[in-house]
Amino acid sequence: MSEKSPNRALNVLAWIILMYLVAPVIVTLPVSLTPKSFLSFPQGEYSLQHFEFFFTDGGWLLSLWQSTVIAICSMVLATMMGTLSAIGLWRIASRVGEMIRIFLLMPLIIPPIISAMAFYRLWTPLKLLDSYLGLILAHTILATPIVIITVSASLSNFDLRLEQASRNLGASMLTTVWRVILPSVRSGILAGAIFAFILSWDEIVIALFISKFSVYTLPRRMWNGIRENTDPTVAAAAVFLIVLTVAVLIIYALLGRESHVSDKGDGNAHES
Amino acid sequence: MPQSKSVLTRQFNSHWILVLPFLATLIVLYLGPIVDLFWLSFSEPQLGVHNYQKLFESEFLARIILTTFRICVATTIASVLLGYVVAYVIVQTCTAQRKWMLTFILISFWISVLVRTFAWLMLLGNSGAVNNVLLSIGLISDPIRFMRNELGVLIGMVQYMIPYAVLPLLANMQGVDQRLINASRNLGATRTQTFVRVYLPLTKPGIVASSLLVFIISLGFYVTPAILGGGKVLMIAEYISVQILITLRWGTATMLATLMLAGVLVILYIINRSMRLTDIFAGVKK
Repeated sequence: MSEKSPNRALNVLAWIILMYLVAPVIVTLPVSLTPKSFLSFPQGEYSLQHFEFFFTDGGWLLSLWQSTVIAICSMVLATMMGTLSAIGLWRIASRVGEMIRIFLLMPLIIPPIISAMAFYRLWTPLKLLDSYLGLILAHTILATPIVIITVSASLSNFDLRLEQASRNLGASMLTTVWRVILPSVRSGILAGAIFAFILSWDEIVIALFISKFSVYTLPRRMWNGIRENTDPTVAAAAVFLIVLTVAVLIIYALLGRESHVSDKGDGNAHES
Repeated sequence: MPQSKSVLTRQFNSHWILVLPFLATLIVLYLGPIVDLFWLSFSEPQLGVHNYQKLFESEFLARIILTTFRICVATTIASVLLGYVVAYVIVQTCTAQRKWMLTFILISFWISVLVRTFAWLMLLGNSGAVNNVLLSIGLISDPIRFMRNELGVLIGMVQYMIPYAVLPLLANMQGVDQRLINASRNLGATRTQTFVRVYLPLTKPGIVASSLLVFIISLGFYVTPAILGGGKVLMIAEYISVQILITLRWGTATMLATLMLAGVLVILYIINRSMRLTDIFAGVKK
């Protein structure tokens, strides 16, 4: 039988590395609770003033609102386009189709700084700079490839013959997509939607280029706060983001449990 | 499958409609401006290759590229090394621990890069948690300068990259036939010998794919070096942004961008020869 327990020392080392990946964010919690008005660690006294400020200050609330709106819109658009593209590519399944698939994944492959330059260059004459639409479009383009990936992964487990049967029985392509394919790739669509949301929600590089004053997303406000290095509200924002991320992950895990019965795992160990 | 040609073409046409919206959007709103950038590098401020000539003339430019390379190589080596350990343990360990480890990796994927850099500053900054503790114990008299220098950038980037390093390694290691390992041990090789002469070579494609993947992501890194480098560690991405937003030297910026993009695409092509990219990403983003 193969040895199921690796070297003890390696095991410990692996966990130390994993802690290095995750644990440092814990430090944001004490900083967010500091009673002082500058970045510091609380010396026994704790205060919720920075959380209070984060949730009541006009500026932070606006950023929160803008980020949420932009992320939701991007998520919806990206999920729609990504799902359709994934289904189309899956059904086409030719050499040309695969080449197009790689082409469609371009925004993921190209470094964000270059994407930012491209959008900045085009958005200027289109008057899309510093606008909701500009940011939503940009984030949608960036997020759609991720949806394509997750939905494609789901589709790889979907029996092609079901689709053919549906078409054979007379259903139009639209009906087939809506009533046969979509329900079966729900988990891929959900995963893609969540990733799309998070991508837009956390996106900073492109936002730095194509937004200025009117659109000031949460990451931009945090970026500013970190650069200036004085405002503990950034710590409160960070804690908020962490809690939100963990909450979304938990919800996703719970939702995933239900639909994983139909989505047979492909044997990869990291299927939960 | 055997079908009449007209039916086949009809099916092809109808399914391309599904792909068309995003394809069109991408070509018009994304590919267009990128090609424009490429063109600008040869036409701004005047037509010619003088932007590229600057690479050989400007010492400042050379230093930035060198810094970027140095940090990216260091990041890659550290990330792949540490990622290898994690991937190896994940593959060998029991199911329960494996699930936990993968969960941690998944969680780390989802932590915003701004939260990370902020956390590092708070943890390892000059008045950060670690230095505070060390100073109060009396172990040191001056704060250790972890942050706002190359070390800080490295610490921040490696933390971001390790999960990306783990993915291809994991995909590769999961395909390694355990019987080869058993056979090697059976034939009398020690654990070390087996590892070095059997396992390691088998994981070479994963190591190559992992290294190249981490490298190309590092090349374009902006946020982490900008914040954790304290302005002293100028890498290509930040320099490009300064040229675009502040000094308006589109020629230089697009030249660097074109080179970066060319490098990324070349390396991606090499990865694809070593390991199919879809294998790396297919099963993981769930």
